[in-house]
Amino acid sequence: MLLLEQFLNGLQFGLLLFLLAAGLTLVFGIMDLVNLAHGSLYMLGAYFAATFAAWTGSFLFGAALALVATLIVGMILEIIVFQRLYGRDHLDQVLGTFGLILFFNELVRLIWGPGGLTLSLPSWLSGAVQILPGVYYPAYRLAIIAVALAVALMLYVIVMRTRVGMLIRAGASNREMIGALGININLLFTLVFGLGAALAGLAGLMQAPILTVQIGMGENILILAFVVIVIGGIGSIRGAFAAAVLIGLVDTLGRIFLPDLLRLVLSGTAASSAARALSSMLIYLTMAIVLVVRPEGLFPTTSQR
Amino acid sequence: MKPTDPRTILIALLCAALILLPLYTGFTGNVFMLTLFTRIIIFALAATSLNLILGYGGMMSFGHAAYLGIGGYAVGILAHEGITSGLVQFPVAVLASALFALVVGSLSLRTRGVYFIMITLAFGQMIYYVAAGLDRYGSDDGLTIYRRSQFGGLIDLSNRTQFYYVCLAVLFACLYLVWRIVNSRFGLVIQGIRSNERRMQAIGFPVYRYRLACFVIAGAMCGLAGALLANHTEFISPSIMYWTRSGDLMVMVILGGIGSLFGPLIGTIAFLALEEVLSGITEYWQIIIGPLLLLVVLFGRGGIDGWLGRLRRG
Repeated sequence: MLLLEQFLNGLQFGLLLFLLAAGLTLVFGIMDLVNLAHGSLYMLGAYFAATFAAWTGSFLFGAALALVATLIVGMILEIIVFQRLYGRDHLDQVLGTFGLILFFNELVRLIWGPGGLTLSLPSWLSGAVQILPGVYYPAYRLAIIAVALAVALMLYVIVMRTRVGMLIRAGASNREMIGALGININLLFTLVFGLGAALAGLAGLMQAPILTVQIGMGENILILAFVVIVIGGIGSIRGAFAAAVLIGLVDTLGRIFLPDLLRLVLSGTAASSAARALSSMLIYLTMAIVLVVRPEGLFPTTSQR
Repeated sequence: MKPTDPRTILIALLCAALILLPLYTGFTGNVFMLTLFTRIIIFALAATSLNLILGYGGMMSFGHAAYLGIGGYAVGILAHEGITSGLVQFPVAVLASALFALVVGSLSLRTRGVYFIMITLAFGQMIYYVAAGLDRYGSDDGLTIYRRSQFGGLIDLSNRTQFYYVCLAVLFACLYLVWRIVNSRFGLVIQGIRSNERRMQAIGFPVYRYRLACFVIAGAMCGLAGALLANHTEFISPSIMYWTRSGDLMVMVILGGIGSLFGPLIGTIAFLALEEVLSGITEYWQIIIGPLLLLVVLFGRGGIDGWLGRLRRG
């Protein structure tokens, strides 16, 4: 039953990646903005959650406050900085948001200190649940899967079934046109950015109890989120979902089963060191293969150019 | 470039200062200054190679530090295995970087724009993790290089002044090479592709192959910088190719002036000097440099070199 357990781990990781990638891909699809600082929002979400949970003494309360706080930080950032970056060269955006990462990492170090924080789970989430007879799985990871799936569904409903979603889709296919039709794009952009920030914050705060909350935690996962949206096709939420789950599974299952597979061919030590190198390359290899077959990703958005 | 142009004069003064620096440090015994500038020159070389693809070719590679790492690891691994001859180490460093650039380039150049940025970033990060997984060569903790590259008594890299001049000579040689490339037919095609890819394709140029060749040249040049850097620090670890390092290299190019021959050199001096000064003022220097970077991006068109160019026009 190791397989089922690892499958769930991979799914959970993939869904977390989706939360991060969804915000990135929305912001890119609609505002044509590359935001490296998205990982900083993920980090802030985790730090906020750890701090607020310590203040209020309640995990859920802390999480809710953290979500609101990242939403607000995201909207303020959008108004102060990002509005000036729309329509600029992608290179400018990359460098500007790179500067923001440096700023946020240092700010966090200044406020919370260089040591990491921990966020402990309430007792009702820290146990294990029997998912099949004799198979136990951590309740918290199941909760992450449930929350992330609910958010994905909510996102789908918002984007496909509401008026705001209609504007978002319209904005993704032709920005100038919806502006000309009298839609307040500035407000729409701020809202979308805030939504993306909140999703990143949610991913960060949910990851917080599993890993330690530390500076730079957003960067590695941000690059994975990039891989996800490149595979999925930039601007496509559907693609981001499929690619995120794919990457989550490939990464987790690769790390677990690759050493055993290689041991069939190679000797013990050689197999384990080769497996370590190979399993960390696996997601990038997946990306390379997808790109060879479909350079625009799995679900390309044709509208962009 | 008229000889009376303030920009030309400043660049000439800068080059003269770099050549004469060891005299000054030898006189005052200021070893720190010499070490700092050796570092600056090596990074300027890396930035120059990035400028070739970024500035002239319009290829926004966000994984350039990978070549720095590959060049460095080539020296480190060979030294660890007992091969200390620079005549082996340097060619291997350059070839290995060129090879990696060929693989990354042939995949990532199939895409454009943001895809290209993200893919080069991802491949850079991949090689970072591979290096972190090299158990035999120190994995995360890195590898100490006990002996700098040997050149059979011809040059002694352990001598600070000699090493400085070697780095400077390599930088000048590469600047000359980039200048020759940019003004050659090949370079004009590359710049033509940057301005209008579709038109170049329509004229009949094999755009993909031209770009790939340019990408590989830049990778090889950066690998050379990596080999020098490993000799300079006498240590190599995965952190040399962490993605923020690629970001730093981009900042150096943009700060100095993208698509200008001496821009990366000026940018590297400005960036590393700023880092040195700010980190002397406060431990939290990145809190200043981050927003500063944002301001340069928002308001500083063309970097320092662009600003120098505007001085002339009044």
